[in-house]
Amino acid sequence: MGFLDALLGRTKPVQPKLDNLFGLPSAAVTLQVATDFRATGTGSVCFRAAEGKAFSDIEHDVRDLLNMGQNKTPVDVSEDSYGFTWLVCHHSPDDVEGLVTDLHAVNSSLQDGGFGPQLLCTIVSFRDGGGRRLGLVYLYKRGTFYPFAPQQGERRDNATELQIRGTLGEDLKIEPDLSRWFPVWGAPGL
Amino acid sequence: MARTRYASDPGLTARMGVTMFLLGAVLTGFVIALYFVLFAYADRHGGGSGGSDGLVIISVLIGLAIAVGGYWFSDKIALSTARAQVVTPQQAPQLHQIIDRICALADMPKPRVAISPMGVPNAFATGRSSKVAVVCVTQGLLQRLDAKELEGVLAHELSHVAHKDVAVMTIASFLGIIAALLVRMGFYHDLFGGGGRRGGHNNNGGGYTALIMLAVMAVGIVTYAISFLLIRALSRYRELSADRSGALLTGQPSALASALVKVTGDMARIPTRDLRQAEPLNAFYFTPALSTKGSVHNLFSTHPSLDKRLAQLEKISRQLGSSAG
Repeated sequence: MGFLDALLGRTKPVQPKLDNLFGLPSAAVTLQVATDFRATGTGSVCFRAAEGKAFSDIEHDVRDLLNMGQNKTPVDVSEDSYGFTWLVCHHSPDDVEGLVTDLHAVNSSLQDGGFGPQLLCTIVSFRDGGGRRLGLVYLYKRGTFYPFAPQQGERRDNATELQIRGTLGEDLKIEPDLSRWFPVWGAPGL
Repeated sequence: MARTRYASDPGLTARMGVTMFLLGAVLTGFVIALYFVLFAYADRHGGGSGGSDGLVIISVLIGLAIAVGGYWFSDKIALSTARAQVVTPQQAPQLHQIIDRICALADMPKPRVAISPMGVPNAFATGRSSKVAVVCVTQGLLQRLDAKELEGVLAHELSHVAHKDVAVMTIASFLGIIAALLVRMGFYHDLFGGGGRRGGHNNNGGGYTALIMLAVMAVGIVTYAISFLLIRALSRYRELSADRSGALLTGQPSALASALVKVTGDMARIPTRDLRQAEPLNAFYFTPALSTKGSVHNLFSTHPSLDKRLAQLEKISRQLGSSAG
């Protein structure tokens, strides 16, 4: 935000960066080679629903779009306790590309409707042989990813997260500011 | 270029710009008036303006110290006045989560989070930069608002941080502080210090010195009165801006409106003791803890009236809802 915007008290909503999301398929391969984590085929888009008919129309369109697509992706919709809406898409575990395509469809529908600033994050979930969970969280406004490894009782496995950061450094743009790796407890689909 | 539903409010921007321009003009006028008062005297009497130029310098220095100190320690002062404690994500997970998400939506660094034990439902944001900023909510607010309303209030406060309102208001208040100091010091100078040294320079000096002192005080009073009104107007515009940005950020203007109605309605029922304790912090608050009716009050108040704030939020809600975008 510029000096003049601060002086005059105007903040323009930040538009999301969508393109970096397409680094996910190669990151999934890297994870498979270098660690035990495998994609579960589940991914979600989280956004802050705006009030009014304009937004709910777009939301319905997105759901219809995904449900009627050629491979009929099952989509779950839920609202969390903070008022954010989650669209969860399920694909087969080896079809990360199809998953990313579907997630991108959601993003671009919202952005085309003028609601790009409402996008919060996308999470693609992974699991290892021992049942440990890992989410790769994509921050739309930053265009960066960070790993989120939740454990029982709202604790996170920082060691795994930092290890994943090292592993994926070349495939994905990882969020350099650790204070922005905010936890998403109870994220649907993770 | 992606479509955007963001619409700026040129009227509000223009009013704020004019207010700041006028403040600058008053500052210039203040300096010029002081210059003439002091040097007109010095020219006629060969230097020595009876101590009133020293008075001006001391006032400016003290004013500078107050403004810089207030700016630098704004977070500590506000937190200790509100008896607030900074809380960790473990202590207040829900509050932290809400702020995490707003910051991710707005792409801004996360401020510290504090909770004040006060029963008055209110919130404020302070700190000289977004790196050391702190957002504080009172227990009363947490008890009264639901998650969506709380989110609306926090988005409003985070907009204050993004707009650098502490810096803007400190700079704007600086002039008023100096003018007030000048008047007060001139007053004490006349009472205690002025009489003793008057006869020292020349015999006519006493009368002129008293006159100069009166002129300096008059300049100070006029400057203070004008800048006071301008600063209050600026503060009200900054509040409207923060409402606007906060509502657009969450996409939920009505949640913020509902929070405003709840908090303002509750204000009337709060015991006076709490009100007096809350008074010094009003400038940074979400809504001021004192409310009276009348247009004179509107001119003097730091916050816009509830009706104005609700009207603006309704307008944003209509803009968001229209399918034309």
